[in-house]
Amino acid sequence: MNKPANLELIKAVRLHKSFGPISVLNGIDLTIKAGEVHAILGENGAGKSTLVKLLSGFEHLSSGSISVQPMNSEDPNDLLKRAVWDQRTAEAQKVILIHQELNLIDELTVAENMFLGVERLTQFSLFGLRFLDRASMDEIASKYLGVLKIGISPSDKVGDLSVAEKQLVEIAKALSKNPRVLILDEPTAVLTEQESRVLFARIEELKSDGVAIIFISHKLEEIVALADCVTIIRDGDQVGCFNVSELSKDDMAKLMVGRELSKLFPSIPEPLSKAEFAMSVSSLEIDGKDPVSFALKRGEILGFAGLVGSGRSALMETLVGLRKAKRRVVFINGSEVFISNFAEARANDISYLTKDRKGRGLFLEKTVAFNFSLFALKQFSHWLLDSATELKALVKALNLFDIRVKDLKAGVNKLSGGNQQKLLIAKMLETAPQIIIFDEPTRGIDIGTKSQIYRLLAELTQKGCAIIIVSSDMNEVIGLSHRVAVMRDGQLTGMLEGKDINDVEIMRYAVGLKKQ
Amino acid sequence: MLILNLKSTGPFIALCLVFLLGVFVNEAFLSSGNLANILARSSFIGIVAVGATFVITAGGIDLSVGSMAAFISGCMILLMNALHQSINSISIIICIAVFASIAMGLLAGLINGLLTTKARIEAFIVTLGTMGIYRSLVTFMADGGTLSLSFTINDVYSSVYYGDFLGIPYPVWVFFSLAGLAFVLMNKTIFGRHLFAVGSSEKVALYSAIDTEKIKIFAFMIQGFCVSIATIIYVPRLGSASGQTGVLWELEAIAAVIIGGTALKGGYGRVWGTVAGALILTLIGNILNLTDMVSNYLNGAVQGLIVIAAVVIQQRNGVQAKS
Repeated sequence: MNKPANLELIKAVRLHKSFGPISVLNGIDLTIKAGEVHAILGENGAGKSTLVKLLSGFEHLSSGSISVQPMNSEDPNDLLKRAVWDQRTAEAQKVILIHQELNLIDELTVAENMFLGVERLTQFSLFGLRFLDRASMDEIASKYLGVLKIGISPSDKVGDLSVAEKQLVEIAKALSKNPRVLILDEPTAVLTEQESRVLFARIEELKSDGVAIIFISHKLEEIVALADCVTIIRDGDQVGCFNVSELSKDDMAKLMVGRELSKLFPSIPEPLSKAEFAMSVSSLEIDGKDPVSFALKRGEILGFAGLVGSGRSALMETLVGLRKAKRRVVFINGSEVFISNFAEARANDISYLTKDRKGRGLFLEKTVAFNFSLFALKQFSHWLLDSATELKALVKALNLFDIRVKDLKAGVNKLSGGNQQKLLIAKMLETAPQIIIFDEPTRGIDIGTKSQIYRLLAELTQKGCAIIIVSSDMNEVIGLSHRVAVMRDGQLTGMLEGKDINDVEIMRYAVGLKKQ
Repeated sequence: MLILNLKSTGPFIALCLVFLLGVFVNEAFLSSGNLANILARSSFIGIVAVGATFVITAGGIDLSVGSMAAFISGCMILLMNALHQSINSISIIICIAVFASIAMGLLAGLINGLLTTKARIEAFIVTLGTMGIYRSLVTFMADGGTLSLSFTINDVYSSVYYGDFLGIPYPVWVFFSLAGLAFVLMNKTIFGRHLFAVGSSEKVALYSAIDTEKIKIFAFMIQGFCVSIATIIYVPRLGSASGQTGVLWELEAIAAVIIGGTALKGGYGRVWGTVAGALILTLIGNILNLTDMVSNYLNGAVQGLIVIAAVVIQQRNGVQAKS
């Protein structure tokens, strides 16, 4: 299906979308051409996801129009204005969206998920009934999984996969539909750099086959590396559509936020060399793995780097008692503490922020107040809960963390990702912990909120908190950490300091080329 | 705004409508005797349903409550009859039986709770099992017939059901005090918050340092406690227990909870809604008794329709409130 380059596949004019009285997009123009990678850039809440949902028919236009080049036609005059542009029409026209949220069913296998709703049937039939053709579905599935270089089998249960693997399954599923226009909504948020590179190589191939790619990402370097043009939106308004070669990363960031960005990573002073150890983990043993030990000073940020699946989150969850340990010897401020569940970790001034904000961090249906006070309820209760104190603390936290809430009675699913993340931070810091473990603190949030969170981390170290950051964003680990621990296969393979903290060195330990 | 309000006030509006219906249907409806009778009768299901509100809010379900009530009734009767041989003071006998009943209720709740949490069996299956066990035990104890409380004891004990304070029968006092306590427990304490959290999402609850197993076990124990209280005021009503005692209580209790606006999938509970639900169910039975328009045999059908209608209204409200 080689299409001539520059053939316009989709022409969207003055797209407007509002939810009730709230206007989300105010007149966006977009032209998507075959063989082109079109990036969409904007802060969280700018309307990027809504825009691609309109293009793929998952949301209906409030006003404006979407025209498509019909399949099997290469005459620009054929561009058809569709009266109805819904999900079914979009799929029929091979406009395929990969959602930001994963839409897979855990109980089904990889192949079953990929063919959900478009199952292949056997040729032979019994009384007119045909049967599922598992062999051919598995074969096609493994072809597309192979293309993405994922080491999983079509018959694996999706529930057993990591988040990154699930994301790759979503991509494989989309590819199996032979898209003309492939829309990726932040596909790399949960991928390691390695996995992202494989995906990018595949995108380049699709592009040369004449597929149009629409790509949402917060990572400016990805946009520079991959995109031909970029549409920047800010608060639902179109800032403009630019050739990527004409803009620097700095320009993009400025256009996106509409203001000068101060330096993204604040400078965080080294902890005093004689500073006391806030926590030392002298032996943390998970079944089947070697014991891990490390120590952490007051005022220090210790980064944990590694590929996805290297066991960093499992290690932290074991440390705070969310998972069972074979052996757990931990000292806080020099004396041994016993932690067998998360509540005991909290009692020892340790807090852990999960990376799974939506599945484990917050109750999406519940209000901001319910979510905020849950971890620190004892502070708001004598015999009975004191809702006045609770509300006061909430208002204080909303200001302190700059959490923007339109309706305090609504569920937190109405908040943008960045505000949800700040709420999670507020929730887990309300007990004033001394040791704070952040697991992917800035995943899937915009650059403005990121810099807010980084400044917050710097403030916490000034107050003498000891911080652990687990992150797959290499720049983040390098930019913030005083020391970096690298993990591979559940083992600590390296502990880097000073000049050794750079991406090449970290990667060597992460992939097993080096070991201390 | 009106729609949102309807969501929380719906059960009470429905209660008023049913009440008005009763007033129009028959003059006898408003007689103080009839009203006291309605309130007293609704207290059994009401008290059990208050407990069910906790289990359902925690994301569980308890099908064993009816059989549990029958079994505890049987045990109380046998215990009191046995104590009657050796202890003269009837009030002491009744006190012992009351404490034994509460202990049994808590224990039965603990068993249901431990099986669902530690043994990781679905609450539906666990309580389906214990439902059968208690039912067959009470039938066995009564040898297929009826266990009767000694008349001398029942003469004293019956005042617990038939007596009144300020013209309101004791069971109604118990019902409303228990509901008041349950409301405070559910809405004004850490335990209540944790209960909502566990029913909403066990994973998020775990990552908020909540001992989810403990919360669920407590919910089942509260249910057991409520069943024992209902039993304590039920036994003196008839002074007997049989294999037919408490049949279908579990479904009526769940129906009251659902009519009251508690989410069956867990995460949100309304104690006063449950109270309204229990009153509505009893009122309907009473009204059908007082009128010839619909046969009393259709009581179950009318109740069933109301439960389905309640859920339909709640879901439609839910959708509208979201958009």
